[in-house]
Amino acid sequence: MNALAIKKSATSKSAYNLKSTMGDDIETHTLAVLVDNESGVLARVIGLFSGRGYNIESLTVAEVDHGENLSRITVVTTGTPSIIVQIKAQLGRMVAVHDVHDLTVEGPSVERELALIKVAGTDDKRVEALRTSEVFRAKVVDTTLESFVFELTGTPEKIDAFVELMRPLGLIDVARTGVAAIARGT
Amino acid sequence: MSKQMTGAQIVVKALKDQGVDTVFGYPGGAVLPIYDEIFQQNDIRHILVRHEQGATHAAEGYARSTGKPGVVLVTSGPGATNAVTGMTDALMDSIPMIVLTGQVPTFMIGSDAFQEADTVGITRPCTKHNWLVKETDQLAETLHQAFHIATSGRPGPVLIDIPKDVQFANGEYMPPKKAKTSHYQPRLKGDMDAITELATLMETAKKPVIYSGGGVINSGKAASQLLRELVKETNFPITSTLMGLGAYPASGDNWLGMLGMHGTYEANLTMHDCDLMICVGARFDDRITGVIPKFSPHSKKAHIDIDASSINKVIHVDVPILGDVAHVLEDLLKVWKSRGRKTMANDVRKWWGQIDEWRAVKCLSYETSDSIIKPQYALERLEALTKDHDRYVCTEVGQHQMWAAQYLGFEDPNRWMTSGGLGTMGYGMPASVGIQLAHPESLVINVAGEASWLMNMQEMGTAAQYRLPVKQFILNNERLGMVRQWQELLHGERYSSSWSESLPDFVKLAEAFGAKGIQVSNPADLDDAIMEMINHDGPVIFDCLVEKHENCLPMIPSGKAHNEMLLGNASTKDAIDSDGAVMV
Repeated sequence: MNALAIKKSATSKSAYNLKSTMGDDIETHTLAVLVDNESGVLARVIGLFSGRGYNIESLTVAEVDHGENLSRITVVTTGTPSIIVQIKAQLGRMVAVHDVHDLTVEGPSVERELALIKVAGTDDKRVEALRTSEVFRAKVVDTTLESFVFELTGTPEKIDAFVELMRPLGLIDVARTGVAAIARGT
Repeated sequence: MSKQMTGAQIVVKALKDQGVDTVFGYPGGAVLPIYDEIFQQNDIRHILVRHEQGATHAAEGYARSTGKPGVVLVTSGPGATNAVTGMTDALMDSIPMIVLTGQVPTFMIGSDAFQEADTVGITRPCTKHNWLVKETDQLAETLHQAFHIATSGRPGPVLIDIPKDVQFANGEYMPPKKAKTSHYQPRLKGDMDAITELATLMETAKKPVIYSGGGVINSGKAASQLLRELVKETNFPITSTLMGLGAYPASGDNWLGMLGMHGTYEANLTMHDCDLMICVGARFDDRITGVIPKFSPHSKKAHIDIDASSINKVIHVDVPILGDVAHVLEDLLKVWKSRGRKTMANDVRKWWGQIDEWRAVKCLSYETSDSIIKPQYALERLEALTKDHDRYVCTEVGQHQMWAAQYLGFEDPNRWMTSGGLGTMGYGMPASVGIQLAHPESLVINVAGEASWLMNMQEMGTAAQYRLPVKQFILNNERLGMVRQWQELLHGERYSSSWSESLPDFVKLAEAFGAKGIQVSNPADLDDAIMEMINHDGPVIFDCLVEKHENCLPMIPSGKAHNEMLLGNASTKDAIDSDGAVMV
């Protein structure tokens, strides 16, 4: 795959798509970046963001193709439309990057995050926590007489909402994976 | 069944197979096996520099003057960290360079071993790509990939970190053709729709300008030829960035001079008032644009660049064309010719009338003197006495660099080598070494300021050792001239640490290095002294004592637009307001 060219799905073949819209509103975009699974590749991507002053809201990375030795980095970032275009171009020209997809503009996509949420409490609070977890379809993955660990999968907003509801019920700890995202359809 | 070799042998074999004839380097514990292999062959010449930064700049000088990649070989730890400035310089100016660093053996990495540094970590942001090779079997392919990446697309520096045990161990050699490079193949051809749109804009433009840059030089000699053809066929005016000088000849009729902060009045006014700007292999650097909202407000802009991240980074353009300059210009000329070679010839002629009025301002005129050498005069004389030579010019960074760009004329690409993006003082002395090695019969001149020159003056030792007749043309004003100028304009003439105290006697210094020293202070003696410098068959330090308080003009003050240039010394008072003062 051509690393310097604008990525195939990010734009069509025409360079006209390099034209920026030049708005000033801050937008949130989810980017899927396919990279060589080699030592230091995450540092390259993170270094690009910190070195050029771009934001990272969330970032996940894992190998997705063992045979081709490829990893997928899902990064949620914010910026004006021209900054977002820059981020994609800067990622796209990195030698270790095979492909950049902007899932936010390339059509519908699914975004999911997994969270583990520890809540401690007894009596009414314990009952209420369990009842709320059922409403959110969270799974209980660990329990003691005084605590639960819930596993919850969903959009970041859904997890935010659940965490807020747990706060008065004895929230102790939260572990979140960050967003994994993929385009809908084929 | 391929032959087994040691890692060190693989390195030298790969360099040979890549056509490398010269390596700039400095040995140390972690690269001794490679140095041992270099010792036992005669195809690759190793140039022993005096400091690793010198090796990188010499490699840049070699690369910029030949179009071939420069190769550097240094040891681990301090060897690698000393090379960081040169790599950053090459990254900013898109210069192909391969840096090989030794590393402590793999089993000691991470133990804070002697002369250990996280070289790939340190150099990740200052290389186009880098590798730590942990298996000898991977070495050959990585080296070939490194050459491919350094030289294709937008060129740049790459680094390969090679642990000492990998240099000793046996592995398999792979020839260049078998190395996998398929995943990095930047697009060379531009989009034909966009090229056609630019051709139609050329047909209707009344006030066009071509703004070319270092990308034309990097694209190769064909790109410069095509650019010249484009200018000749259309009669459009052309200006260039510092990096692009020589792509279009300075003696050409349509040449406006350099643009930007210290560019000519006519170039900047043409940029400001144009209705069509064709940017060819340049990147709208802040030295070029002045204040962004006032940059060429009434023009349609087309931008030809091989790097997508350069397009719309700073300036919004109407016609972006992603591709190699030579390929795009070839297609553009083809399309424009097939559509009937149309321009608004009458309007363009009127536009030239306006430009000629701006030219008549003679923005590069200066107050002459009979008693003291003006730096501009020194460069005018240098130009007059050397322009007919087979000449290569490099510079340090500062006022002298801008004056050199203003007063020297370049007729061909790869003849002018200067640190543009990073602005590295100390670049020129070692660069002249690299240029002279690549062009042993040519006249190589480093136009310098005394302060910049001192930063890497140890490389005079390299010049002396290899009998390189480099001419160090030092405009000595005993000041950090550009810093002094900014302190005058911005900081109430409080000259904080901007003078050169305790300077060496440059004539004696030259003699100490086994070179020739010439000092001149009287304008009447200047020509003879320059001729003496040219005619001396060996390195020369030319100490030209010049006016100490000369300002480099014209100038677009920071925070101002192209049409707000300062022309003479009288206009510099309070030229920069508080908004502009924050900019560099």
